[in-house]
Amino acid sequence: MKFSIQINEGPFQHQASDSAYFFTKTALEKGHEIFRVFFYHDGVNNSTRLTTPPQDDRNVVERWADLAEKHDLDMVVCVAAAQRRGVVDDGEAQRNGKDATNIHPKFRISGLGQLVEAAIQSDRLVVFGD
Amino acid sequence: MSTLHTVNKSPFEKNSLDTCLGYVAGGSAVLLLEDGVYAALKGTSVEPKIKSALDSAKVYVLGPDLKARGFSEDRVIEGISVVDYAGFVDLAAENAKVQAWL
Repeated sequence: MKFSIQINEGPFQHQASDSAYFFTKTALEKGHEIFRVFFYHDGVNNSTRLTTPPQDDRNVVERWADLAEKHDLDMVVCVAAAQRRGVVDDGEAQRNGKDATNIHPKFRISGLGQLVEAAIQSDRLVVFGD
Repeated sequence: MSTLHTVNKSPFEKNSLDTCLGYVAGGSAVLLLEDGVYAALKGTSVEPKIKSALDSAKVYVLGPDLKARGFSEDRVIEGISVVDYAGFVDLAAENAKVQAWL
């Protein structure tokens, strides 16, 4: 079955990113397809490569990136939510005159159309948030 | 058309469980996860609500989230099924859609 996942909450706010990660990982292990993981609202904070949690804590960003690497996941960050929160890729840095980027290379910034497409193309859209 | 409803808030913090139960149709499934697992415990003031929901719907609780909060499965109201993440994925696949009550 084809799933898409929407995450509305930051990595260290509560539990949504953890729940979404374990759901996604388990769905893949069970042979399901993940069409897209869409990061919305504070969920865009899951995509910054500059995150440095303590060594004895899980690294939420790297954990998503590893899963994406292993299963070729399409991980999309909402552009408007990202701009508000200072999550920047090369294109956004150029467009908005910023002197740095911070998005992890396994994520890409795009628009809400990607969420709508995911909802249409997938059998199920599962939402995690606060 | 059956729906899987997910509730991730404690019923003592927000009213999302109440809102959810108001919409749950017969044959649907409710999964309690994250802080939502508090609603699955025996002896709380929401136990009657859950018991009456069990008359028409199926209620599940996410085992890893129970364990993370220090509760063993014998604390769970009878009639609620404990599932792991694989069970969560199965429920999402078995039901026609998934509605999160955030």
